[in-house]
Amino acid sequence: MAIFRDCSNIGKDRSAEDRRRHRELVEESIKKNLGNIIAEQSIIGKSKDKKIKIPIKGIKEFQFIYGKSKPGVGAGDGNEKRGDKFQGEAQEGKGKGGAGNQEGEEVYETEITIEEVIKYLFDDMNLPDIDKKQLSRLEEKSYRKLGYQHKGIPPRLAKKRSVIEKIKRRQASKRSEDGENTTYDKQEGQERFPFIQEDLRYYRIKEDNKRDYNAVVLCIMDVSGSMDQTKKYLARSFYFLLYQFLRLKYANVDVVFIAHTTTAKEVNEREFFHRGESGGTYISSGYDKALEIIADRYSPSNWNIYAFHCSDGDNWSEDNKRAVESAKKLCEVCNLFGYGEIVPGYYNIGSTIKNEFQTNIKSNNFAAININKKEDVLPALKKLLDKASDRDEKAIMD
Amino acid sequence: MADFSLKELEYWNERIEEIAVESGLNFYNQEFEIINYEDMIGYESYVGMPSHYPHWSYGKSYERIKTLHKYNLTGLPYEMVINSNPCIAYLMKDNSLLVQILTIAHVYAHNDFFKNNRLFKKGTKAEYAVETFKNHANRIRDYISDPSIGYTKVEKILNAAHAVKLQTERIIDFCNNKKKKEESKSALAEHKSDFPNLDRYSENKRQDDSEASNQEIKIPEEPQEDILKFITEYGRLLDWEKDILSIVREEARYFIPQIETKIMNEGWASFWHYTILSKLELPQSLHFEFLRKHNEVVRPLKSSINPYFIGFKIIENLYNTQGKDKIFEVRENERDQSFIRRYLTQELCDEMNLFEYITTGNDYMISEVSDEEGWKKVRDTLCNTVGVGSIPVIKVTEWSPKENTLFLEHEFDGRELELSYAYETLKHLVDLWKGKVVLSTHLEEKKKNIACDEMKRISLYT
Repeated sequence: MAIFRDCSNIGKDRSAEDRRRHRELVEESIKKNLGNIIAEQSIIGKSKDKKIKIPIKGIKEFQFIYGKSKPGVGAGDGNEKRGDKFQGEAQEGKGKGGAGNQEGEEVYETEITIEEVIKYLFDDMNLPDIDKKQLSRLEEKSYRKLGYQHKGIPPRLAKKRSVIEKIKRRQASKRSEDGENTTYDKQEGQERFPFIQEDLRYYRIKEDNKRDYNAVVLCIMDVSGSMDQTKKYLARSFYFLLYQFLRLKYANVDVVFIAHTTTAKEVNEREFFHRGESGGTYISSGYDKALEIIADRYSPSNWNIYAFHCSDGDNWSEDNKRAVESAKKLCEVCNLFGYGEIVPGYYNIGSTIKNEFQTNIKSNNFAAININKKEDVLPALKKLLDKASDRDEKAIMD
Repeated sequence: MADFSLKELEYWNERIEEIAVESGLNFYNQEFEIINYEDMIGYESYVGMPSHYPHWSYGKSYERIKTLHKYNLTGLPYEMVINSNPCIAYLMKDNSLLVQILTIAHVYAHNDFFKNNRLFKKGTKAEYAVETFKNHANRIRDYISDPSIGYTKVEKILNAAHAVKLQTERIIDFCNNKKKKEESKSALAEHKSDFPNLDRYSENKRQDDSEASNQEIKIPEEPQEDILKFITEYGRLLDWEKDILSIVREEARYFIPQIETKIMNEGWASFWHYTILSKLELPQSLHFEFLRKHNEVVRPLKSSINPYFIGFKIIENLYNTQGKDKIFEVRENERDQSFIRRYLTQELCDEMNLFEYITTGNDYMISEVSDEEGWKKVRDTLCNTVGVGSIPVIKVTEWSPKENTLFLEHEFDGRELELSYAYETLKHLVDLWKGKVVLSTHLEEKKKNIACDEMKRISLYT
């Protein structure tokens, strides 16, 4: 005769420690893979709660397995013919196509929000606070509590008040215990006196307005023929991070995209990253456009302004002088102005224009950085933001 | 409890047990634990064992199973049975009464299979299973809490050992008489003398390292399939490291019979739950639920093998054509590969619409169907990909003590290794071997060597 045991309320969580360690490894892996993740994201938009999938390289469990070409056996409905093709996902339901066909080759994916990615990122980077000297007059909504109500949403549950209500009800129920019937089940020796809907109280909320700090990022990019997809991809990673960082610090962050060749125009995000142009480059055109937009819409007394320019440094030499002048003007109106030179694939000694900037621009809120590969994006941002925090120090940038 | 009480379960169990015994099933004493959903995932991730040593991969497994359930990609588990004596099975509290009844019947058949199939009889010791795993867990926890060792070092060894744990001696081919003689020599039968060279080697090494290396003895004499065992014997490992390898190895070997008989075992259990429930005279509403659940369990899956489906079909067919004695004989003697080779007929292939496919990018292409010309090919492909057939055969061929390089060979059968995985696995091997490791294999019809040196640098050469 078999034995039956009800073990359903033991309540031990045996895997807690192994899950914690696994999560720790996932986090480490995310940090390592961040370059790949962010490069795919659009910069603005409702990214905050958007779930993204991340292939976790470090968490695969490697063993000797067969590669893709191995044959397998399946079962069908009888209509299969030699040479027919079908989609691998059918049986998998999710994940990368064909992944399930390879035992062991699980592309382990985790879903996290962009918010969480940013958290991992800045946890690691230990970033300084940026000054919030220049307050904007723009106002931000906030909420004020105004008493209690019976109905509401879970986040506004007034816990303390609800407990008080429960205790009141309990006292009342005790008093009536001798009476013939109570509404509540009294099982033998039952200690529990659960909450019921009537006990719950929620905060009444009034919307309020509050002053906050606002910022604008001006993304300026050279889109001339030499700026290929790889370079734009690196630029995008950089802008994405910069935007995300600023969003942590400011209530509102505007983004402006300026594309330039020999002339500049304001564009939308898609155009910014996808439209290729050909022809030469006047860097100054991008800077002048930025100055124009700042003058029109983003008064420096109201806005924290961050301008950043990505280019491969291939400027037409007759423009160098003007570019330096305009860059200086940008430094005057911006909290921070950065120049990122993107030359993928090999060691970059720096172009003429970069040298010009470094020699001629003495403002403390100017920084020039190199981005050669996607692993550079994070350190580049860190360097840039360090600059922003140590204005008093005369920073030495390479 | 959901829609049943323990009393009801006991009532149905009694009737099921009766029918099972009458039918000739011969099982260990059975214990059922009724557990909740979270605990079930816990057991699933720790290979069913009540105690198990810690490692992050089990945490990963937990998250993975939980996610799969959350998104409804796999159904709620019905049960989990472990090969132990007494046999322990977990039932999930939230399932309906009918599912519990069906599961109980299913469990008795697994239990019978564990007790009678020769791979289990020879390869595992059900009496000690739970104790053994507990003992392993304690030993590993001791190493973790030892200040001179600690979690990080233990984890590194476990990571590496897990990577090659299935690179072990395969179950002896029982049908092959020539090999049968060697059976007694196989590691399966020599639990006590598992590492015969251990003491001898470490003494020799200590006394005279150079002399040992000058001897022109080829080590290993024959290519050795059991990588962890080889490393334990000849590698430069500390005692605690050797012990961890032996633990991982022993646990992996405990599961080899399960890997080797997945289709048979599930087919057997499905056949018996079906047979027993048909005899139970269930009330009509339960009877309909039974048929529905049974069909869910044994339904075909496109582009992959549902072991319940194929196993059930073959055993049902054997029972109908050759009778009860035959299926009992088969459950005792076969493993998936021989089971399919012998008993998967053309009619069955055709009835189940089995086909062979190959992958082309993200698509699957049907390369063979179960008609007159094709069915044997389909059957053979299935034979070669079930059980340990899905794990590449890699053997230690040579150890050159001077450079301390370990040579491995992949026995190429037309299936190439996944390179990125091979690279990373070799890096783990370097952690264990503490020296260079070279693996020879075939890539694009050419013989290639993959070497990983002590700095974990990989090179690929002809």
